[in-house]
Amino acid sequence: MSAPDWLVQIAGILVALAAAPLFMGWVNKCRAWLQNRSAPSLLLPYRAIRKLFHKDAVIARNASPLFRLAPYIVFGSMLTAAAVVPALGTRLPFTRAADAIALVGLFAVARMFLSLAAMDIGTAFGTLGARREMMIGFLAEPALLMVIFVASLISATTALPAISDHIATQEFAIYPSLAFTGVAFVLVLLAENARIPVDNPATHLELTMIHEAMLLEYSARHLALMEWAAALKLLNYACIGFALFIPWGVATTHTPLALGVAVLALAAKLVLAGVGLAVIETISAKLRVFRVPEFLAVAFLFAVLGLLVHLLLGA
Amino acid sequence: MTYAFASPLSWLLALLTLWGVIGLAGLLRPGNIAFVARTLFPLGALCGLAIAAIAAFSIGAPTEQAVLAIGLPDLPFHMRRDALASVFLFLLGAASAGVSIFSAGYFRSGEGAPAGLLCLLYHLFLASMGFVLLADDAYSFMVAWETMAVSSYFLVTTQHRIPDIRRAGFIYLLIAHVGAISILLSFGVMQGGSWRFTFDAMRGAELSPAWAAIAFLLALFGFGAKAGLTPLHVWLPEAHPAAPSPVSALMSGVMLKTAVYGILRVTFDLLGQPQWTWGLVPLVLGLFTALYGVVFAAAQTDMKRLLAYSSIENIGIMFTALGLSIVFLGVGMSAVAALALIALLYHALNHAFMKSLLFLGTGAVLHATGERNLGRLGGLIHRMPWVAWLTLVGALAIAGLPPLNGFVSEWLLLQAFLFAHQVPKTFVNMLLPLGAAMLVLAAALAGYVMVKFYGVIFLGQPRESALRNAHDAGVRERIGLAWLALGCVLLGLLPNQVIAHLQIVTRQLGFASLPISDAPWWLLEPLAEREASYAPLVFLAAILLIVVLTTYGVRLFYHERVRQADPWDCGFGRLDSRMQDTAEGFGQPIRRLFQPFFFMRRELPGPRDAKPRYSIEIGDRIWRGLYEPLGGLVQRIANSVAWLQQGRISAYLLYSFITLVVLLALML
Repeated sequence: MSAPDWLVQIAGILVALAAAPLFMGWVNKCRAWLQNRSAPSLLLPYRAIRKLFHKDAVIARNASPLFRLAPYIVFGSMLTAAAVVPALGTRLPFTRAADAIALVGLFAVARMFLSLAAMDIGTAFGTLGARREMMIGFLAEPALLMVIFVASLISATTALPAISDHIATQEFAIYPSLAFTGVAFVLVLLAENARIPVDNPATHLELTMIHEAMLLEYSARHLALMEWAAALKLLNYACIGFALFIPWGVATTHTPLALGVAVLALAAKLVLAGVGLAVIETISAKLRVFRVPEFLAVAFLFAVLGLLVHLLLGA
Repeated sequence: MTYAFASPLSWLLALLTLWGVIGLAGLLRPGNIAFVARTLFPLGALCGLAIAAIAAFSIGAPTEQAVLAIGLPDLPFHMRRDALASVFLFLLGAASAGVSIFSAGYFRSGEGAPAGLLCLLYHLFLASMGFVLLADDAYSFMVAWETMAVSSYFLVTTQHRIPDIRRAGFIYLLIAHVGAISILLSFGVMQGGSWRFTFDAMRGAELSPAWAAIAFLLALFGFGAKAGLTPLHVWLPEAHPAAPSPVSALMSGVMLKTAVYGILRVTFDLLGQPQWTWGLVPLVLGLFTALYGVVFAAAQTDMKRLLAYSSIENIGIMFTALGLSIVFLGVGMSAVAALALIALLYHALNHAFMKSLLFLGTGAVLHATGERNLGRLGGLIHRMPWVAWLTLVGALAIAGLPPLNGFVSEWLLLQAFLFAHQVPKTFVNMLLPLGAAMLVLAAALAGYVMVKFYGVIFLGQPRESALRNAHDAGVRERIGLAWLALGCVLLGLLPNQVIAHLQIVTRQLGFASLPISDAPWWLLEPLAEREASYAPLVFLAAILLIVVLTTYGVRLFYHERVRQADPWDCGFGRLDSRMQDTAEGFGQPIRRLFQPFFFMRRELPGPRDAKPRYSIEIGDRIWRGLYEPLGGLVQRIANSVAWLQQGRISAYLLYSFITLVVLLALML
């Protein structure tokens, strides 16, 4: 690996770090527009994070060191995932550190620490959130694996950069199997990122919270890191989706031109993805918790359909 | 036959014998805890370490055989050490070293059987497991196998004055013997008419495909009973909570693996050429076992029962890998079959470390609090930081999180599953990927189980006031836990080095080599052309680096002021420990989602109850649907022939006379 590769890698990490709150802000803005509310500033997530870093951390008396360690680990694993996902270029030093399955494992690390931290204070809300989060996690993972399976059948690898390369460099063709799995992936993305219809990121209504319930006891810098990590997770999922389904524009060499194109392509995709996410969140209603398994079963079925279409029709 | 004294096999035999001697030494002063626990158990741990070291270094050494002049006349014990045996001997030695050093601090006076007797049974148990792995004829195998079963039975029933424990021991012994009969029959089929019961004769025997399949199924039944394959799993959740924690650790961590070793020995070595259709049986049973085990684990309220069900899940994963390996081997995809088998061996090693660690963790908690019920624990991370943090390693590892060890074997198995669509059998190639989804479901559920296990025991508020006096584990216990945790970390961080050793086994069994790429030592890339890679060290380094940088960054740019306060809890206030989820509460989503698995009896309070009561009882449908009718049938048959038993000597003399007459009539 040469020096420019590392530069691009570090630049990519910094871009992800900076773009994550912005993407969150963009989704919120689109949602507000669609719902006829006056939209918050795009920069609001940054201001919120900055404000939180300035505040004094208030920590429950019976918190254990695990509680204070968890935000850093959650943030660390999300940032590591951001380094691994081929968002800008496919030939970066870090992309070989994990294939798609290992990436799912990295997300599981964050989820597990988040859930453990939520149980640490011993509040009813925390354990409730942890239990629901783990439930959604284990239901979503099989569907996500089937998505990866189909993509890996088409490109004979589970390495994300290789999958992107394969699809991007091929003659343009529409794979019906990828269409099915694309739907499945979007459903998994909604569930894993605590979006409507599975969870409502804006709610603090006690009995419907999942993700927010786990963060209730966090404040100040710890909360800031958790929020930032959540934004990074959404960005990572979006970028995994781009790598699997619409990889066009990703830099395969590290010339300034290719990188410029890659940045623009990523920005365009994120803008569109934000609009799409806002539309989904506006037109659907939140599901009851025990309807979520059905929701994720649909995702799983779509992925299996994609698999069967690929195996039976070779498409 | 002569053998050089310096050969690894002779050293291993000597060390196994030494285990027996250490055990016998316990009888010298059976009541003296200081002598037995402080001297003999650490010696046993050293012996285990030596076995592990010799086994690890001799994996690549050529296969050796020896004939011991003990046993019956004309039936000497044949011993053989090859790469497969070495891997499992390493597992036995390394895991038992941690358990033994923990036991040195664990066993105290006044707990059931005298310490010296425990010491004898414990070391006999260890040595017999070693002889199972080295045995090279059916006779010595069965002797070692039965010694293992009987010694572990006595260990399970250490506290034999409690009726439930006697019952648990009985179920264990019963299923162990049903399994042993099946194994014996399997050996009987495999000798193939030569009536020679050495494994060498079995390797050479020419069996028709039907007889080979029968031998395989008998072995699967027999070893499956020992391993806890559904529906033969019922003894695990009974025996594990009954046994002292170090014994549970050994049984779950090591003894179950001897059954895995047995089925591998029979399938890939003694029978040689398995048909691909055989693989479907362990594959389907394994997947079902994995899901069944983990779903029940999620619903448990007793921490050791929870871990026992989790062991059932892991055995399911191993048998899934076995089935997959047989299918791939049968259709000629030898390299992928090797990958699946390596995943199996890797998982066996991983499970030995992480499950022993978790069982020892529960042992420390049990000692500190006297409580096994999750509903009466909580908040122990404050009182027992050593145990809590070391157990966390095991919990994260068994949940299959990178960069720890559980993830590596599951990753390898999934990589093997990704080739399933290439199996040239229609429908099978479409159904196999669904097996991968089921495996992932089980693995993800294991995460749920571990959050419950760890969160309810160590996090939150103590659910009983007595827990505030809990004390941390002693030095020896900490060393034992730390050793096993270290194993979990190292097995996770150095996958290439482990796989290089495991590959010796698959090559010796006749599998093709993996096309490992020339990737750097820290990057795992088992199949070069697929580019799928995983670098645990990079994961660990990156996460640690970011944690450190963020901590210092926050300190540098902002501040690190912290204010302690009461928990916020949405402003409700008056939080008490009973508001946390109980173990039942945490299992509720699972009970609801997997309702058909459970037999459930619930008692819900009515609206006008003055003293509302809520209780829930969860049963195993297999126990009610299979074992109870079977037990009833046996009982009825026994009753219907009971009239034979007259209790008068004249009647028995008459029976003997009739038997003699019948036999004479048959002979003439």
